Formats: sequence, C-alpha cells, structure tokens
Amino acid sequence: MIKDITIGQYFPGSSVIHRMDARVKIILTAVFIVMLFAADNIQGLAVGIAFTLIIFLVSKIPLRMMGKSLKPIIPLILITAILNIFFIRTGDVILHWKFIKITNEGVDTAVFMIVRILCLICGTSLLTYTTSPIDLTDAIERLLSPLKKIKLPVHELAMMMTIALRFIPTLIEETDKIMSAQKARGADMETGNLIQKAKALIPILIPLFVASFRHAEELALAMECRCYHGGEGRTRMKQLKMSMIDLWGALFSTLFLAGVITVNILT
Amino acid sequence: MEGFIEIKDLRFSYINEIEEPPVRTEVLKGVDLSIKKGEFVAVLGHNGSGKSTLAKCINAINLPESGSVTVEGMDTTDEDNLLPIRQKVGMVFQNPDNQIVATIVEEDVAFALENMGVEPKEIRRRVDEALKTVGMYEYRLHAPHKLSGGQKQRVAIAGIIAMRPECILLDEPTAMLDPLGRAEVMKTIKMLNEQGVTIVLITHYMEEAAQAERVVVIDGGEVVMDDVPKRIFSQVEIMKNLGLDVPQVTELAWELKKAGFDISTEIITEEECVEKLYALLEARGKKQEARN
Repeated sequence: MIKDITIGQYFPGSSVIHRMDARVKIILTAVFIVMLFAADNIQGLAVGIAFTLIIFLVSKIPLRMMGKSLKPIIPLILITAILNIFFIRTGDVILHWKFIKITNEGVDTAVFMIVRILCLICGTSLLTYTTSPIDLTDAIERLLSPLKKIKLPVHELAMMMTIALRFIPTLIEETDKIMSAQKARGADMETGNLIQKAKALIPILIPLFVASFRHAEELALAMECRCYHGGEGRTRMKQLKMSMIDLWGALFSTLFLAGVITVNILT
Repeated sequence: MEGFIEIKDLRFSYINEIEEPPVRTEVLKGVDLSIKKGEFVAVLGHNGSGKSTLAKCINAINLPESGSVTVEGMDTTDEDNLLPIRQKVGMVFQNPDNQIVATIVEEDVAFALENMGVEPKEIRRRVDEALKTVGMYEYRLHAPHKLSGGQKQRVAIAGIIAMRPECILLDEPTAMLDPLGRAEVMKTIKMLNEQGVTIVLITHYMEEAAQAERVVVIDGGEVVMDDVPKRIFSQVEIMKNLGLDVPQVTELAWELKKAGFDISTEIITEEECVEKLYALLEARGKKQEARN
C-alpha cells in the first residue's frame, strides 16, 4: 500500500533525456514551469501539452508511471475543479438550480487549470524519473555552490538529501514491519474516526523514530570508516559534463517557450 | 617480527553520561594482540565481551584509554594518522542497510574513493574491479534496497575493497543473512584473504571461525585463548564455560569421546569428521571380525 510512493524514484535508462546534464535538466524544468504558467489560453496550453508528451515519449518512461505519479494529486485536482466550477459566476449560465449556478466560463477555467496541473506534475516528475538521485543532488550542489560564499553549507545539504532519498525505501519497509508487529499485538488502525486513527499512528511513529536514530548512528560510523570527512577534497566518480545533447535540449525547450508566448500574442 | 596490527595493554571504557553520576563501564581490560600481515583471524566471544569494541579500536573509531594500538607503526591516537589508518583498515558492519550510502550500487562503492579524493577515471576503474571481485558487477546499476541481504553485504564489502585496504575488519557480517547469503559472504572473505588481505572476522558462527587460520577468544574484555582453530575447539569444556559453542562436528567427537570411544576432538570440518568416524567404525568392525 505505502509501497506505491513513486516521488523521487529513478528509472535507469539511456534515453536522450537520461543522458542530459542534471544541472541543465533542473534549469529546463524551471523553464517548463514558466512555459505552463505563461500559457493563458487553450492554444498556448496545447503547445505545453505537446511538449510534455514529446519529452515523455523521448524519455521512454512507461506511460503507466505517468498515471502513478498523478494518483496522489487527485484530491488537489478535485478541489481545483470544484472551486472553479462553482465559484466562477461570469459567462453564460449552463445550469441553475437553487443556489448552484454553473457557467461555461467556470467549466472552461476548471478544465484549463486541471490540464495545467496534470502537465506540471507529469513534466516535473520526469526530472526525478530520469536523473539518479546522486546526480540530482550533485547538480543541486553545483548550482548552489556560489552560495558557499555566504557560508551556506551546500555540500552538507546535498549529502543530507542523498541520504534522505537513500533511506526512503528502508524506512518504508520498516514502517510495514512495525505496522504488522503492532497489528499482531492487537493494534487497530482501520476503524474509528479521524482522531482515533491519528492516535493509532503513535505506536507506529515512535518505534520508527527510534529506528531512524539507530540507522543514523550506524550510518555515520560506516561513513567515517570510509574516510568521510566533509566536502573538502572530495572528488566525484561521475563528472557532470555538458554535451551537445544539452544544447539541443535547451534549444528545443526555448523553442516551445517561444511558441507559447507567440500563441499568447497572436490570440 | 613486528605485526601489522599491534595492540598493547589496551583499555577502553564506555561512559554513560545520562546517568547521574555518570556510569563508567570498562569493556576492554588490557588486551594484548598482534596480527601479522595476511592472517585470517576469527574473534569469538559472547555478547558484551568487547569484541566489537576491540574492532573499533583498530581503525581509530574508538581511541584507547590507556595502552596503544598501532597499524603498521601508525598510532591511532594521532589525528594525522586517522585517514591513512581507515584507508588501510576497512570495516564492514552487521547490518548492510546501514552502511550503504548511495542509491545506486556503483555510486555506493565509489563513496570511499570520492572521500579520498581519487581521480574520477581511477575511481571508475577501481569500482569496476571491486564489483567484479565480489561478483556484483552485473548489479552495478541496481538500487541497493532491491538486492538480497547477501548481495547487499557483498556491495558493502566492495565499497571497502575499492579503497584497497590491507586489512578488513568484519563485525558479524553474516549475522543478519540467510544460510545462502552467509555462504556467499564467507566465500568472498576467503577469496580476499587468499589475495593477501588481512582479515579480522568477528562472528558468532563457529563453522565460520573454523575456517580461519587463527582464533582469538575474548571474554570479559580480555583475550583468554589465542590459537589455531583445532586446538581452540578441541577444548570443548572451556568453550562451553565461556558461553560459546563449538562446531557441531567437534561436539559430536567430544560426546563420542565422553562415551568412551577412541576419537580425537581435534576435528573442525565435516570431511575430517567423516574420515575419523569411518576409521573408528572400521576398527570396530575388524575387532568384531577377530572375535568371531
């Protein structure tokens, strides 16, 4: 059940997008977000949708993954839809029953917003699907390295992120084990109201908390044994290197951003 | 000859500062031990005997309270020796999950080399070499959490041998593994020893200790026995008094001897046991024939 979490899961592969420099990918993800929010009509958004589909197909990530990454945001989509449909009062009235008034503009905006969110999640989750977490944190470390000058512990932050990502599956496994252990002792986690359910989580969270301290202690020891002494004098096996692929990727994305802006101006 | 690792009158205590007044537990009470280059030493002792603490003293995680620990002449108390010592003496822990840092096998193996500041090309070469040595090269792009326990532990070992250490300390590396994983890890350890790596194996499994060249038994923070496995395990009664087991075959021989059979207790492998039992049965057969 909790094994379904896919955020931050990497799919090894060798597509063009996999081979792109992680730093470029992060910047292009930002460009992509700008692109989606720059589009202020359906035509502009269509360009964004096309872009999302193209990058997904190029990355060769199975399409069902797209569906999987969208599952957790269903509530968000529903809320967006409801708010837009019921609270936008301008435009032609389609349905009027007692105090409920639905207008065509409301429906249009709802659809527009939902499509935008869908594209946003699909496109951005591609960053973590195609980039190994180490590359990703490495790229963040490099991108943020100018901030070292103002005494921001960039290396330490990147290391923390790597370790956090590394321990997500371990802690999920552990949660499963603890839940089974507590159930075997008669813990009831399914019934009761919200408060009772929240209370039932305490006997799971406390052991999990203790266990993560134990993990941390042992990991720190193991890291020390492997000569870890901070970011100073550290080298990396995989050097981030920009290549022609990155140039083409940047060009391609800029082209689409320009496309969205042109469509905005023309319509 | 001066040993590779020299431990002289080592004392070490843990101090629990939460208690009021602080409680001091003396774990090592004067350990003397010398380990030569290329040796395969198994360390035995029941829980709390101080064997893990001893291992951590060797690679400067724990610093001696009194006495000294030197690795190839380098004193562990000297701050400047810290990294060279840890590079020479690698350590593998019990829980493979808690010693894997990265999310991809090969990147984890590279971790130590990256810390040491090795050139990227050289890292690549050594990582591939280490993964091939432990037989995990095909898994280099896998996520560690999807591997079996034995495989994870082999990745952890690869992460250590990539540093090209001269000695590897293994703190119960097989305790959390199934029999298959245990066999995999033991095979790797023995192979490394054959390549000239000094091995210090802390274990609870007597069958594993029996494969070593030398067994050191620790009890109450002191070395109580130090000999070849055969002579250690043949002292079945002493071992039992220390709360330790002996290999099953040794125990069998011991029970037979107690029952009045003429059999040596210096047996530690199944092959030896079969041989001795066969000889015993043959002798009895001949005796019976003569009587008829």
